[in-house]
Amino acid sequence: MSDFPAELRYAPSHEWVRVEDDGTVTVGISDHAQALLGDLVFVETPQVDSQVTAGGACAVVESVKAASDVYAPISGEIVEVNSLLSDSPELINSDPYGQGWIFKIKAADLDEVENLLDAEGYEASLDADDS
Amino acid sequence: MQSPPSQTPRQTALYQSHVAAGGRMVEFAGFMMPLHYGSQLEEHRQVRRAVGVFDVSHMGIVDIVGPQAHSYLRGLLANDVARLDGPGQALYSCLLQHDGGILDDLLVYALGKGAYRLVVNAATAARDLEFMRAALQGYAARVIHRQDLAMLAIQGPHARTVLPPLLPVSLRHHTQALKPFSAVWADDWMLACTGYTGEDGFEVMLPASQAADFWGRLRAAGITPIGLGARDTLRLEAGMHLYGHDMDESLSPLDCGLGWTVAWQPETREFIGRQALLQRKAAGARHKMVGLILQTRGVLRSGMPLLTANGEHGVITSGGFAPTLERSIALARVPLHCAERVEVDLRGRIGIARVVKPPFVRFGEILVDI
Repeated sequence: MSDFPAELRYAPSHEWVRVEDDGTVTVGISDHAQALLGDLVFVETPQVDSQVTAGGACAVVESVKAASDVYAPISGEIVEVNSLLSDSPELINSDPYGQGWIFKIKAADLDEVENLLDAEGYEASLDADDS
Repeated sequence: MQSPPSQTPRQTALYQSHVAAGGRMVEFAGFMMPLHYGSQLEEHRQVRRAVGVFDVSHMGIVDIVGPQAHSYLRGLLANDVARLDGPGQALYSCLLQHDGGILDDLLVYALGKGAYRLVVNAATAARDLEFMRAALQGYAARVIHRQDLAMLAIQGPHARTVLPPLLPVSLRHHTQALKPFSAVWADDWMLACTGYTGEDGFEVMLPASQAADFWGRLRAAGITPIGLGARDTLRLEAGMHLYGHDMDESLSPLDCGLGWTVAWQPETREFIGRQALLQRKAAGARHKMVGLILQTRGVLRSGMPLLTANGEHGVITSGGFAPTLERSIALARVPLHCAERVEVDLRGRIGIARVVKPPFVRFGEILVDI
């Protein structure tokens, strides 16, 4: 069964976000998304300092099965990317909410996070997909 | 090629066994099949270093029996069953349309006088059967779809050690000496030294009613189940072609690196597609199949366009991440005069790939420079 930590917010396109103490926003893909993709073999992270727009594709995760875009859940500037993923993309499979994070955004407007789904809402959106 | 999605997918005799083993079940060629049981990469490596078991019961098993089975198959297949030395020998062949396009690729086993067994692809089985039955006209032979049988592949360097005690006694003693492309059988069980992984191994055909029990014995002996995902990356590393990707009805064997499977001699053998193929041969081949290793980041995928050094176009027919090489590799159809490097369009980004001669991996060894 997939795991949806209650302290995170989620985009319907399967990204999660966590607002850190310093105000930056960490982004990854959900446990559900990594399970659907299967073993990850390649991650293309965005450029640090680049500007991203909520809903815009900004990273690519490729599994043994397929390539999939990762969308910026909120607008802002990329301030850091997870450099471990270039050698160990499987971290997204083994620890999607921890070591498998993908990039950090300095939000243009932190309130955008409030527009995202909570864990319950995200889980419900998955159930709706299944039916 | 795929069965219409409206049809309810079929289950093999091992469906419940897959679910119990944690298989992620997906629809493939009209069947619910396991994509993987947790990690496709781990399953791939398991077959390369030890042994694993695949359910390949979705493949079509077709027996051709009758006094004229031999002459029927000599007229049907592009390869020549007269090349088979005797009962228990197997041959790879294309089944061609009259225009020389490939309808399917298959294995044919000689089972004795007036009896052959074909193993065809799942997605094309219904179409093959219709074509083969239409071609029966005038031959004293029958085409029997053996849906009563299941098929398991036990593949990997340890297969020859672990399998014998798990087989019926009548087959057990033949396992050790069984050579590639040969088979033995007893009471509706057939043991063949064939496979789709590039490793030593076997394919076992048996009554579907006994499949779950046999699967249970293999699992109890510690043999890991392997899904369709790893089956695809294993065959890709082995440089083996996949119908619907590396070949299809729009291509002849001459267009996709399978010219060697066409038996031109004797010239008096009129097989279906021969005349069209001769014309295509006279016109000259324009493409060849090569292997590619991606030198830059990303993953090569089926359908990606590529450009050669002199600006000619080609296409990736099968691609993916090769766990043994830890690189992305592909099979590609390219112009005849293709240089050592090609540029591939990876979803809008240009990647550089090196041209190599498949197979990439055979018997656990990497055979190309990476």
